[in-house]
Amino acid sequence: MNKLDIAKSEPLWNTNKNITLIISVLLFILIALPFFGLNSFYLHLFIMIFMHAVMAQSWNVIAGLSGQISLGHGAFFGIGAYASSFFFVQYGISPWISIFIGMFFSAIVAVLIGIPMLRLSGHYFAIATLLIGISFQVVFQRWELVGAASGLWVPLTQEDSWNSLQFHSSKAPYYYIFLFFLVVTFFAVWLLNRSKIGFRLRAVRDDAQAASSLCISVSNYKIIAFVISAMIMAPMGSLFGQYILIIDPDRMFNIEISIIVLLITVLGGIGNIWGPLIGAAILIPISEYSRIYLGGTGGAVDLIFYGLILMVICIFRPEGLISFVPKNILERKKQR
Amino acid sequence: MKILTVENLSRAFGGIKANEDISFEAEKGKVLGVIGPNGAGKSTLFDLITGYTKPDNGKILFENKNIFGLKPDKISNLGIGRTFQKLKPFADQTLLENVMIGAFVKENNIKKARDNALEIIEFVDLIEKRHHFARELSTGQRKRLEMARAMAIKPKLLLMDEVTGGVDQKTIPGLVELIKKMRNLGVTIITIEHNINIIMEISDNILALDQGKKIAFGSPKEIQNNKKVIDAYLGTIDAA
Repeated sequence: MNKLDIAKSEPLWNTNKNITLIISVLLFILIALPFFGLNSFYLHLFIMIFMHAVMAQSWNVIAGLSGQISLGHGAFFGIGAYASSFFFVQYGISPWISIFIGMFFSAIVAVLIGIPMLRLSGHYFAIATLLIGISFQVVFQRWELVGAASGLWVPLTQEDSWNSLQFHSSKAPYYYIFLFFLVVTFFAVWLLNRSKIGFRLRAVRDDAQAASSLCISVSNYKIIAFVISAMIMAPMGSLFGQYILIIDPDRMFNIEISIIVLLITVLGGIGNIWGPLIGAAILIPISEYSRIYLGGTGGAVDLIFYGLILMVICIFRPEGLISFVPKNILERKKQR
Repeated sequence: MKILTVENLSRAFGGIKANEDISFEAEKGKVLGVIGPNGAGKSTLFDLITGYTKPDNGKILFENKNIFGLKPDKISNLGIGRTFQKLKPFADQTLLENVMIGAFVKENNIKKARDNALEIIEFVDLIEKRHHFARELSTGQRKRLEMARAMAIKPKLLLMDEVTGGVDQKTIPGLVELIKKMRNLGVTIITIEHNINIIMEISDNILALDQGKKIAFGSPKEIQNNKKVIDAYLGTIDAA
């Protein structure tokens, strides 16, 4: 065989058996965990990890895959939360359906914001998204239809209800729902990475000018990335709304949401599909435990922690914690 | 047969006329060399044709279709490929991935796009480097990467900006051979080149620019003996 035939006979992806095994074991453990009587605090902790891993994955798509730093991604979280709750409160539409309504609205907003804003590049895009994120909070604080500053209160069901997506006796159903969304999201992003769209988004990220010499419409692909990212974020807002059952602008459009997804992704490893999961698994426990030990007044202390961690990462491991994982376990090893 | 016709193309940056009233034609299947001293407007001309810079006025016809003012992705979609003087590889991706991104233009199936990309990588003689990241490649190899990537969109016209610029003497003959190989595939080539020996060797026609203006157009022989070209390169003795 000549060199070309050898090259053509190589598998398309050098999928590593190690990583398949690790994921299977991890998934099995996570599915089994609630059966070992996790108390409600630990269930809550895992739910928050799952949720933030998906939220960070959403940010990873726009920032890591297409190279646009968004500082207003919390807007899509809030839109998801409000859309599902509003349609449930007003029209009794099951949250399961209104999750999709939230995704739809987020996608529309992403297109409307994206068309003018993705023409901005680099810092200017980041600043613009920061302001958009804040302005959503201001608008919802004053919008009477959705309860203005006091927000929406989801009417409580008498009993646990899958249809209404409310569980009062145990957090375990929420645990599985969030885990399900985590798995689906990561699988979808994994597929996206390997698709033609994924290749083209990475081209736009690495060099927009070179990309456009290869028939890639840079602005269209940036909008595609923005829409995909928004549609990943929105269901987390919807589910979080169903989890705490109070939807108010201060919580759902909190600027902290936009910041923490960035922190998690950078900590874990930006541009790597596993970065958001690793980042969330480390940052969320720090945040939750600091809240326990330092109480409400210690609210800002975890931010100091984040700042320190971020500084250390940026100086010593700009590729994130994922870079500590041995290369032969990671998928993208080089065949030479 | 003409594949590209440029008429009275102009572009000014502030008061500087980077391209002024440039007209020329490129013959299908031939190599057109573009020469001129630094600042003559060669790269600007490429940017105008490929849509990276918007022309002020003039006409650009590609296969009798007006492409004046179109965006780069639309122009490349019509079959005009290009490489860049300041190289623009997708640095954090492998050579194979770089070329695959080009191959996706003509092929949606990932396996087929990969195989097409591999054939082009073999064509530019880098098959052993296919899994190297672009940033790990030498300048000469990255030039080949850009040529491969541009070839992957199966262009009818390929604009190459200083293929032999910035590489060592040993690397140059291989790159020149590669340009000839591309021409032999039937691709029309317009190439900017500083090395006069090379441009004389590979070009069927030469366009000479100086200070944004066309000063000569003709066969390599004609250009070699053109007084204006000699003056532009060597400087006139009586010039103040």
